[in-house]
Amino acid sequence: MIIAVEFTHVSRHYGNVKAVDDVSICIAEGEFFSMLGPSGSGKTTCLRLIAGFEQPTSGSIQIFGQEAAGAPPYEREVNTVFQDYALFPHMNVLDNVAYGLSVKGIAKHACITRAEEALNMVALAEYSKRKPSELSGGQRQRVALARALVNKPRVLLLDEPLGALDLKLREQMQHELKTLHKQLGITFIYVTHDQTEALSMSDRVAVFNKGRIEQVDSPRNLYRQPKTSFVADFVGTSNVINSELALQITANHQPFSIRPEHIFFDNGAKHPNTFAVNGTVVDLQYQGANNKITFDAGTQKISFVVSSADYNEAELPKIGNYLIVRWLKSNMVMLENKSKSI
Amino acid sequence: MQTAITNPILRSFSNTLYRKNNWFLLLLLTPPLLWFGVVYLGSLFALLWQSFYTFDDFSMAVTNELTLGNYRLLFDSTNLDIIMRTLSMAVAVTLACACIGFPIAYYMTRYGSAREKGFFYIALMLPMWASYIVKTYAWTIILSQQGILYWLFNHLGLTGALNAALQLPVIGGNTLATSNLGRFIVFTYIWLPFMILPIQAALERVPTNLLQASSDLGAKPAQTFRKVLLPLVIPGVVAGSIFTFSLTLGDYIIPQLIGPSGLYIGTMVYTMQGSIGNMPLAAAFTVVPIVLIFIYLALAKRAGAFDAL
Repeated sequence: MIIAVEFTHVSRHYGNVKAVDDVSICIAEGEFFSMLGPSGSGKTTCLRLIAGFEQPTSGSIQIFGQEAAGAPPYEREVNTVFQDYALFPHMNVLDNVAYGLSVKGIAKHACITRAEEALNMVALAEYSKRKPSELSGGQRQRVALARALVNKPRVLLLDEPLGALDLKLREQMQHELKTLHKQLGITFIYVTHDQTEALSMSDRVAVFNKGRIEQVDSPRNLYRQPKTSFVADFVGTSNVINSELALQITANHQPFSIRPEHIFFDNGAKHPNTFAVNGTVVDLQYQGANNKITFDAGTQKISFVVSSADYNEAELPKIGNYLIVRWLKSNMVMLENKSKSI
Repeated sequence: MQTAITNPILRSFSNTLYRKNNWFLLLLLTPPLLWFGVVYLGSLFALLWQSFYTFDDFSMAVTNELTLGNYRLLFDSTNLDIIMRTLSMAVAVTLACACIGFPIAYYMTRYGSAREKGFFYIALMLPMWASYIVKTYAWTIILSQQGILYWLFNHLGLTGALNAALQLPVIGGNTLATSNLGRFIVFTYIWLPFMILPIQAALERVPTNLLQASSDLGAKPAQTFRKVLLPLVIPGVVAGSIFTFSLTLGDYIIPQLIGPSGLYIGTMVYTMQGSIGNMPLAAAFTVVPIVLIFIYLALAKRAGAFDAL
C-alpha cells in the first residue's frame, strides 16, 4: 500500500485556539477519504494544511513520502476544489480549466486540447466560451472539478464542494464524483459536514470534533460501532442514553447508544435478549415513509421510527399515550464512559 | 403593533405610491435629475457652445458669430506646447501615483489589521482635509533652497547628487522649487490619495481564495499577480488614473506656484478668461482634457482593462 498523505501529530493553533490539535492520520493512495465534522471542528483546516494554504504549528505532513510542511501550494501534487468554486471571473470556462496547464508552461494547443478533454469529462464541452457568471451553480461546480482534474493531481482535495447545491443536484453530483473516483483511481480527500454524504461516498471517514479526530473507520463500522457518544450522535441519528437512564434499564451505568430504527413496540410477547423502557409520547412526526415517535423516558427523551408501511395512522400511539418499547441487546453500542460533548 | 396612517388623504397617497412604483421613482429622481441636467450638463454645454463664439482681437469683445477658429488655434505651436507640457506631466504623475499607490493599497488590503487600515485611511485622508492651496504653499517652502529637503540632502551629503539631477534637461531647474522635478513631486503628493483609494477598493473585492486557487493550480506568486490579481484590479487602477490624470490636466494652482514658467492648460484657461477675457479660447482649452480622457478610456478599453468588470 502506498501512503498518499500522512499526518503525524499535526497541530495548527491560532493564538489560543487549537484549530487542529494533535491529529495523526494515514490516507492510502486511491482511497476516498472523508473528513466529517461540524463547522469549526478542524476538518477544513486539515484540508488547507494538505493544500499548503496553512502551515502546521507543529507535527509533520507527508505527501507521498515527501515532507510538505513549508512547501508552498504551487509545489504540491495536489489540487483543490473550493467550496465556493473560486473560478476566475475574468476568464472564460476553457481558460479557467486550462489555467493550471498554461502556468506550467505547457504549449497552448496542448493546454486547449487537454482542457477540452476535461470539460468533456464533466459534460460541459459546449460551455467553454462562457464566463463563470453565466453558469448555474452545478455547472460552476463541474468547471471547478475539471479545472482541478486537468492537472492530473495524485490527490484531489474537495472542500464541501456540494454544499451550495440543491438536494437533487447534490445526489447527482455525489454519484458523478464517485464514478470519477473509480475511473481515475486517484486519492480523493473530501471535507463535509453532511454525514449522509460522507457515509454514502467514502471508503473511510474521519470524524472531527474540536480539532481532534474522534474515530477513523469505514462508514459501516462508524455507523454500527461508534466509539464515542459524539460519533454516535453525529453520524446518523442516535439515542445516546446517559449513565443515569442506562442504570435503570440495564442495571449498569455505562452509557450506550441505540439507533431509532432498532427500537420497536413491545407486543406483550416474551423477548429474550432485549431491553425495554417505557414513557409518555411527547411528539409524533409524519415523515412520509416513516413515522418518528418521541417519548419521555423520565430523565431523557428517546426517539424511534416505525415504517408507514407497517403501521397506519390509527395504529400509532397519540401524544400523551403510555408506551413500552424494546430493542435487541445486540443493537446497542456501548460508549466510553465520558460526558457527552458536542 | 404597526402604526397605521390615520389621515385618509395621506394614506391613499402613500398607497398609490406603493402600487405605482414609477410615480415613486419620478418623485425620487426629479430633483437630482433637474440638478444634474440643468446645472451640470447645462453648464457643460454652455461652455461647449461658447467655444464656437468669435473673439475679436482688436475690440477684445466676444461676438456670437460661430467659428471653428478657437479649435484651430489649439494646434498653434505655442498652444500645442501648452497641451503637450500638461499632458506629459499628467502621464508622469499618473504613472508615479500608480507605482507608489499600488503597494500601499496592496499592503492595506492583504496584510493590514483593522487598526492599521484605519491608520492608513486617516493618513491618506488627513492631508485632503487641509486646504489644497495651503499645502501647495507649504511645498514651495519645503522645496526652496532654505527648505527642509535641501537641508536633508546637505546632511546626507547628497547635495551633489541633487544638483546633478537639477542639471538634467527637462526635469531640472535652478532650484527644486523652480524645476519640473519639484512640480512633479508636488503633483504626485497631492493626487496620490485619489489613486490609492480606488485601487484599494478594487483589491478589497478580489476574494483571497482566487489567489489561493491560482497558487493551488501551480502558479508561482508572480504568475498569480500577473494573471489573476492584476486583471481584476486594473479597473481600479484606471479609475484612480482618471482622477490623477484629469486633476493634473485641469490644475492651475501648482503650475503657478511651483516649477518653471510656461503655461499649463489650467493656467492658460485662467489667463484667457480672467485677464484677457477671451472666453471662447478658454472654453476650447477646457475641451482638451475632456477629449484626452475620452481617448485614454478608449485606449484602456481596447487594451482589455475593463474585461474583468
